[in-house]
Formats: sequence, C-alpha cells, structure tokens
Amino acid sequence: MKSRHLLSGIAFAALVAASSASAAELRFACYQDGVECDAWAEQFKAFEAENPGTTVAVDVVPYKSIVESLPLQLASGEGPDLARVTDLGGLAKYMLDVTPYVADAAKLEEQYGKTLAWTRVNGPDDKGIYAIMDQQTATGPFVNKTLFDQAGVDMPGEGATYEEWAAAAKKVAEATQTPYPMALDRSGHRYAGPAISYGAALFDENGDPITVDDGFRAFSEQFVAWNEDGTVAKEVWAGAGGATYQDAAKEFTNGSLVMYLSGSWQIGRFGRDIGDAFDWLAVPAPCGPGGCTGIPGGAAIAAFKHTKAPEELGKLLDFIAREDVQAKVLAKTKNIPANQALQVKGIDYENATDAEKAALTAFGNALAGFSPVAFQFQGYKNNRAIMNATVTRITQAIVGELSLDEALDRIDADVKEAVAAAQ
Amino acid sequence: MLRSFLTRTRGRGRLDLTDWLTFGYLALAVVLMFGPVAWMALSSFKTESALQEYPPSLLPLAPIHVEVEGYDEPLQLFRVTGGEHEGKLLAQVRRIGLMSQMVDPQNPGERLQVNINDRVPEREFALAVENYSALFERFNFALYFWNSVFITVIATVITILFNSMAAFALSKYRFRGRTFVFILIIATLMIPPTINLVPIYLVVSELGMVNSPWGVIWPAVATPTGVFLLRQYMLTIPDDLLDAARMDHASEWRVYWRIVLPLSAPALAVLVIFSVMWRWNDFLWPLIVLTRSEQFTLQLALNSFQGDLQTSWSNLLAMTVLTLLPITIVFAFLQKYITTGIAQSGVK
Amino acid sequence: MLAPVTTAASYLYRAAFELFERPMLAIQKMTGAQKIAWVFLLPNLLIFGLFTFLPIFLNFFYATSGSDRILLSERPYVGLENFSSLLACENYLDPNSCQRDIFWRAVHNTSWFVVLQVGFMILFSLVTALILNRNIPLRGFFRSVFFYPVLLSPVVVALIWKWVLQRYGVLNAGLEAQGLPIVNWLVEADWAFFWIVFVSIWAHMGFYTLILLAGLQAIPADVYEAAEMDGASKWRVFSKITMPLLMPTMVVVLVLSLIRAVQAFDEIFVLTGGGPGSATLLLLQFIYETGFAFRPQLYGLAAAASLLMAAVLMVLTLLQLRAARGRGED
Repeated sequence: MKSRHLLSGIAFAALVAASSASAAELRFACYQDGVECDAWAEQFKAFEAENPGTTVAVDVVPYKSIVESLPLQLASGEGPDLARVTDLGGLAKYMLDVTPYVADAAKLEEQYGKTLAWTRVNGPDDKGIYAIMDQQTATGPFVNKTLFDQAGVDMPGEGATYEEWAAAAKKVAEATQTPYPMALDRSGHRYAGPAISYGAALFDENGDPITVDDGFRAFSEQFVAWNEDGTVAKEVWAGAGGATYQDAAKEFTNGSLVMYLSGSWQIGRFGRDIGDAFDWLAVPAPCGPGGCTGIPGGAAIAAFKHTKAPEELGKLLDFIAREDVQAKVLAKTKNIPANQALQVKGIDYENATDAEKAALTAFGNALAGFSPVAFQFQGYKNNRAIMNATVTRITQAIVGELSLDEALDRIDADVKEAVAAAQ
Repeated sequence: MLRSFLTRTRGRGRLDLTDWLTFGYLALAVVLMFGPVAWMALSSFKTESALQEYPPSLLPLAPIHVEVEGYDEPLQLFRVTGGEHEGKLLAQVRRIGLMSQMVDPQNPGERLQVNINDRVPEREFALAVENYSALFERFNFALYFWNSVFITVIATVITILFNSMAAFALSKYRFRGRTFVFILIIATLMIPPTINLVPIYLVVSELGMVNSPWGVIWPAVATPTGVFLLRQYMLTIPDDLLDAARMDHASEWRVYWRIVLPLSAPALAVLVIFSVMWRWNDFLWPLIVLTRSEQFTLQLALNSFQGDLQTSWSNLLAMTVLTLLPITIVFAFLQKYITTGIAQSGVK
Repeated sequence: MLAPVTTAASYLYRAAFELFERPMLAIQKMTGAQKIAWVFLLPNLLIFGLFTFLPIFLNFFYATSGSDRILLSERPYVGLENFSSLLACENYLDPNSCQRDIFWRAVHNTSWFVVLQVGFMILFSLVTALILNRNIPLRGFFRSVFFYPVLLSPVVVALIWKWVLQRYGVLNAGLEAQGLPIVNWLVEADWAFFWIVFVSIWAHMGFYTLILLAGLQAIPADVYEAAEMDGASKWRVFSKITMPLLMPTMVVVLVLSLIRAVQAFDEIFVLTGGGPGSATLLLLQFIYETGFAFRPQLYGLAAAASLLMAAVLMVLTLLQLRAARGRGED
C-alpha cells in the first residue's frame, strides 16, 4: 500500500504548491440561476487590483452542491472560504463575523440590516456581519395581460382578494380556452405568502413556530379546493413527491397559464423566453384577512470561519457589499437590490425590456410593504423544516393520501420533531 | 401500441412463435430503446422557446426573419390565417395588445393590421447550436475532459488489478476464512451507497484527500460486484492448468499474471466496461469531494449551470447529450466485445 | 490505428509482471504457497476496510445517536430510539397509523415495486434472451440494442423519459394527433407507478438479458437433439430442459436484480420526485431526503432505516440462495 501514500503524497504536495502560489487565495463556491457567478467574477478583478496579493477563484458549482455537500464540508473543517448560499440560518454556525475587517460596519448595518438579521442566530446581542445578500427576491404574482385583453375581463386592482383574482383568472381561462387559470410554485416558501395573507401567524410571541393556526388552515382549505376544481394547475403540486421543487414557468411562458404566483427571479427569464409573444405584468400580491404579502428571500454570499485569511476575506465581503459594486452586478443579473440605498435609487438594468423594468420596479416596491411575519419567517433558522413539511403534507392532502386535517396534524408533528432535532 | 407489445410478449412463453413475431418484437425494441434517446438528441438542438411549444415539432425549427426595406432590424415573418389578409406572408413590425402591425415585404410602404390570433410564425429548419456552444464557452472543456479521463482510466486500472487479485485468492486457494471474506464482500452490496457518503467523507477528509482526484479514485476501486463477477468466472478455469504450471516451478504471481488473467479476459472486459461507465457517470461523490473547479470532472462542470430556481431545458438536454456521447461512441466501437464478453462471463 | 495501443499495452503488461515478480516471490518464500492468498486479498481488503467496512461500522453509531450534527463526537447517544420510531405503528398495513407514515408508505411502494419490476423484468429478459438465442440475422446488433440503455447514467435515463412523458411531452402530442385522450402520465398515481416500473425495466433489462443469454448458450446442444428425437413438444422442452438447466443463472439474476430493485432511487427520483404525493416514493428516497435533502438533516434516522433495509435484504438473499441450493441442482 506504499503506492497509495506515495500518490496521495504527490497530490498533497501539488495542493501545497498551488496554494502557496499567491499570498492569499480565496475560494468562492458559487451557484447560479442566471449569470450571477459570471458577474461576480468580473467584479473580483477590480478587487484583486485594489488588493494586490489576494486572488479570488470562483468555482461555479451546481446548487445541489451548496445544499448537500457544503454542510458536510464545513462540518469537517473543509470547503471554500466563501459561498453563495440560501440556507442562511442553517449555515450560520459556520460563518465568520467580518465586523473587525470592514471599513464601516455601521453603514453596512444601515444598508443591509434587514437581511443581516437572517444570519444572526446567537440571540439578540448578535450584531455580527456574516453574509451579504446579492440576490434579494420577493414572491408575487405575474399575469398574462394579453389573455385578459382577449377575454375582455378587467384585471382586479390593488387590494383585490385571492378569491377575486381566482374568479377573474378562471373567467379569462374559460373565455380564451387556456388550460390553467392559476399556478403556485411547489415550494413551502411560496406557500407561506398567501398563508400569511390569510392570517397565519406562523410564530408565537416567543418566536417559536406554531405553523398551523386558523389562517394557515383557511388557506390550505382554499388551496386544496382550488386544486380539486382546477383553479390552480394541479400537476405543479400533485406532479411530484417529497419536497421536490417544481415551477410553472414553462406553462406561463407558452401562454397556457393566466396568473402565476412565483417571484422576482423569473423576470429575466420571462423577458428572454416570452419575448414578443404576449404582454405580461407583475401585479401586487392579492389580499386576504391577514394582509397582502409575499415572502422575501434570496441568496447571500457568506464568509466561513475556517478560512486561513480572515482579514482578506473580510475585505472581500466589504467589497461585495459596496454600493457601486452591487449596482453593477445587479444590473447584469436583473435582481432587486437588498441594499437600502440602492432600493431608493434604483438600478439601471442592462439590456432590460420595458416589461422587465416595470416588473422589477413592481417587485421592489412590493418588498417594502411585506408583512413583518414574512421577514420573521425568512429569518427563522429552521424555516426549511416548515417548508419541507408544508410541501410534503399539503401535496398528500391534494392527491387524497391524507385528509386535510391529518395533513395539518402531520405538519405540526414534523415541524416539532425537526425543531427538536436542530436544537 | 404498448398494449400490443405486452400481449405479444406474453405469447412468447408458449414458444409457438413465428419469425414474423420475432422481428415485430425486435423492431419494436429498436424503437423503444433508441426512440426516446433520439428524440432527446433532436430536442437538444431546439431553442428554449421552441422547447416550450406544444405540440412539439419533430425537427428543430426557428422563426424566419427577413430584411425589409426601411427597417433597420430584420422582421419576423408570419403567415396570415384569417381576416382580410388571409393567405399572405407578412413581416411583423410590432405587436400592440391584440393587434399586430405588419408589412408586406414586397410592398413595405403600407402598414397592415392583423389580429394576433390570425397569424402563425413561418419557420424553417435550424439547429440551435448555441445550446452547446454556451456550455463550451462557459468552461475549459479540455481540462474537465482530461480530469474525467484521468479518474476513469486510473480507477479502472486499479479496480481491475485489485479485484482480480482478490477474486484469484477467493477462487483458487483453500484457506480458513475464505467463505467469510467472500460473504463479507457480498454483504456490502446490501448497504445503499447513498448512506455511506457521510462516513466515507469523514475518512477521506482524515486522510487529507479532499480536493484531489485520489479522493474520488480510492473509495471507488474495491467494487464488490467486480470481485463477485471475476470470482464466479475464475471458478470455471480448471485447476489442472494452474497445477501444471506450479509443477514447472512457476511462482504464484506468475500463475496469476500469466495464466489466470489471460484466461479471464472476457470477464475482465466486462468489468472494464462497467468500471468506465461507473466512473464516467459518477456525480454525487465527486460533487462532495471536489470543490475546486480546476479539479472538476466533466459531470460536475456540465451540471454547474443547475441553479436553485430555474431549469433551462435547452442547456439540460444539451448537457445530457454531451455526457452520453463519449459512452455511446465507446460502445459503438466496442459493442461486439462488450456483448460477447458479458455473455461469456455469465455467472454460473 | 490500434496497433501502437496494443504494443504499448502488452509492454506494460510485461513490465508490470516483472516489477512485482521478485517481491512477490520473496513474500511467497515467507508465507508458503497457500497463505499467499491473503497477500492477493490484501489490497482489496485494505481499500474495502477503509472506505466500506469502516463507514458501515460508523453508520451504527449514527443510527444510535440523534440531533442534526454531522460529526459523531457532537451527537448525543439515543439508544434504539431511531429504530423504535421507525417501527412504531398500530397497523403495518395502514401507513397513516404509523409514527413515520412516509417511511411505511415507502416500504409499501418499494415492496410493490420490487415484485413488479423484478417479476416483469425477468420475464422480458428471458423472452428476449430466448429470441436472441435463436439463429437470427443481425444478432450482435440486436443484443447491443437491448444493452445500450444499461450504459446510460440514471439521471440521463430519467431526463430522457421525463421529456417524453411530461404533460406537454411527445407521447401526449402523439396521442392527441391520433385523436386519443391524453393522460397526465406522471400526475396520476397508477400511471406514474406504471412508468417507474417500465422505465426501470427499460434501463436494466439488457444486463440481465445478456446474463440469461450466456446461461442459455451454456446448455449443450445434444440435450436438445435428444429431446427432439423423442418427439417432445416445444413447451415440454422449455419446461423440462431449458428452465431447469437455466436455474443457476436465474438465481444470480434474481439475487442481483432484487438488490438493485430494493435500492432503486436516482432514476425514479428525477422522473417523478416520488410523486404524485408519495405514490412512487421508494425507500431510498426516504433515506436520502431524511438524511441529506431536508433541513435539519436527520442523519441517525436515515442510517437506522438503511440498516433495517440491509438486514431485510440480507435475509431475502440468503433465502434465495438456500432455496436454490434446496433444489439440489447446483
């Protein structure tokens, strides 16, 4: 077995040689839905010029790697120095507080305070800066305006309820022989928006999850009924099992869906794939007794504790947070800004059509009015347990494996168990 | 179509078949086995918006754009199917709501109004090669191809060597614990590989092999299937041959290397194919061990565009075709050896 | 073009022989000609020990500990709690009455899947092998036709079929063009189950066909000739000669295909995601989602479920082997 040691020895030597080539090399594990990693790689050239001796290597990885491999790598003390992640609360225990290395922590707090809170899991005194959001998202509805025009149905205005929108979408679908009036992404995250609008509180006064209450039940009843009567496209939820994510972007793009409850990340894709085929709009979230909210979300770039170059890493995160850098990246990736200053100023999106620009503005404005519960939900560290349970169990109720009551009981039990295991 | 396939094959059991039925069955098999693959390969040359279409067109088609006098950009061509301009070929200037402003390319001066339901795009055959070129542009294809080839070749060589040595020991010697070792190796087949990922990662990380191709190679080379397959085959090699060689004072190593290995060639060929296929298709394990893009295998690199919220079928299909292409080519060249090899090593 | 490759290969083959001959001879002098078997076993066993036995051993510790921590040292010992929660059930036939209802749904689905997939796959493989064993033209080509899908990775298999079967896929387009009603294949539970069985047979039957073909070819021709002289019917020849002589091969096919079917996962997960609802959710998907995909990752529960599954598989395999031996043919 000499050969094994010899060979891994050679590999090890090669690694050492590679890492000593520059003073500090930061590895960035990045997943992308569009061109996010490419846009960052371009910006990092400026960072490298400002900080001679530090290099940033962008490793573009599949999202699956971020979800499944990264936690394992981090737990074993391996893995990248920084990564683009979505499970902020879950990974927070591995994140590095870069406060000592940033130029102006107070300014970052002011600009990113709302989303920085999502990584602060160590109690109310935790004021650390762990991750900077580079893709703020907001959930909300899109409509196919051309279908409304063809059907001659007036679009419900701001403040209209879910029932009013459902009725209108159904009328349009019937008149234009469109197969699906509405669709909601198969995702617990998307589900939470309407659930909160129907009055779900999700958390008690201590911030512990209660998940199923009257509001949650009310929307669940409505949603299951909509699946039965064909108001929403049944295959989106019923077509998969477990917590598998499924969207209805294809149906919307090819014009067979009137109203699509999804989120801001679809805008660039719709702009590209729909082109001139029909007019589409982002409209304000429909309302319920609990308000008219969507759910914020997104991806952030997080720094990790095990890095060998914390100072350089801190500087890089500071760079990533910079207003001008964010503006340039967002202009390319067509996302709404998380930076408060940029939210006010707006972004000059590159090559964006009027429809895309209008939709980006609509979502940016909607974000400001989201319910505090929505932000609390997104910032809750075990929110994925709630999302997984919702998707799995509500689907079972839709296809008839469980009654709705049983499904809701199971959601409660699943969430309780998960929260207990996560301590 | 499917039902007749099922009933037809049921009839087989009675063995009163005609050649006609045999060839019906085989022809159907060709369609069923290759059809879906061919359909996917064709689809991978369609643009994203063409992929969203229903019913899908058989061949990849793209809309026709024409240069019209007085317009800077080429305009898309439509055939009008209703209304006063029915039957005409018109170019669209822009669409406003439900009406489309169109011009006749022969007579660009006059603007015509057509309802959007009364026109269909004119299209022609065109391959969306950009699905592929986008993948190639994104990364250093040669590097990832080389990484994949390196891991595949080295792992296969080691697999063949180690597995055949073990199979030789288990089939040609009598020693205490032989059955125990054999059962132990077979028993590991029962544990689903997925569940071992975490503990294996901990071991690999302890050994300092994270982010090295060796971290992918070593855990994969001792395959129970390989030992099982080779042992069953070596059992059929007569011991007299080995004993005769030993009489001539051949060392045990010589017996193994010069007699048993050449005689096991068909079974080794099978294991080569399987090992190449396993290592080439490996995704989950390299995904965990390799985090630096310069170490990535082709599978990882091709999957790197898979994001959280969007799936782009055009890229996905192109990627799928690209990954199955090398395997298909190898198979096409070697198919004679593969199928006869497997047939001969058939476990007794 | 192949000539230099062959030359290089044979050179390497000889060089490797000479490289190891002396050390191996020295070892042989020490161990004797019989015990050297352990030396041949050693490399494989070392790798196995490090990357297979040790991880399986570690899994016992995971299975008896709780929380969502990954490092063993951080996980509290919980005894057999993971096992007992999996087995807590009022009525094993009604998943809803179980504490882990999804696990039991997966057990039910997997049982059905194994019976149908293994049963039909062996039937089709046997029929195909019998056909390919006839003296037909293009035999080599047809063999490779059936074998080709075996080479595709599970994800590719699933994507290929998903592209055919989805609501707006080519199968529905074909049906619609014929004026037939379309079916949402992957959304209706029974159809989805049919398709996962079908696709999994499609992907794997080539392998078993070839093994059976080898078994058929090993049957000496004179046995058949003797039967023909006696004027036996074709069915009689098949049931009294072919099947009994094919039995040992059949056992291998049965054992391997059963293990594979119980562990079926990737292609089905990508094709249906276990849906609709949990209609096609198999055991390995439960293990995967519990241990990896969901947050928090309940790794102990996943390890416990795998060990239970391995135990059942082991029993089934031993039963099969014993049944084969009981027949006294081999």
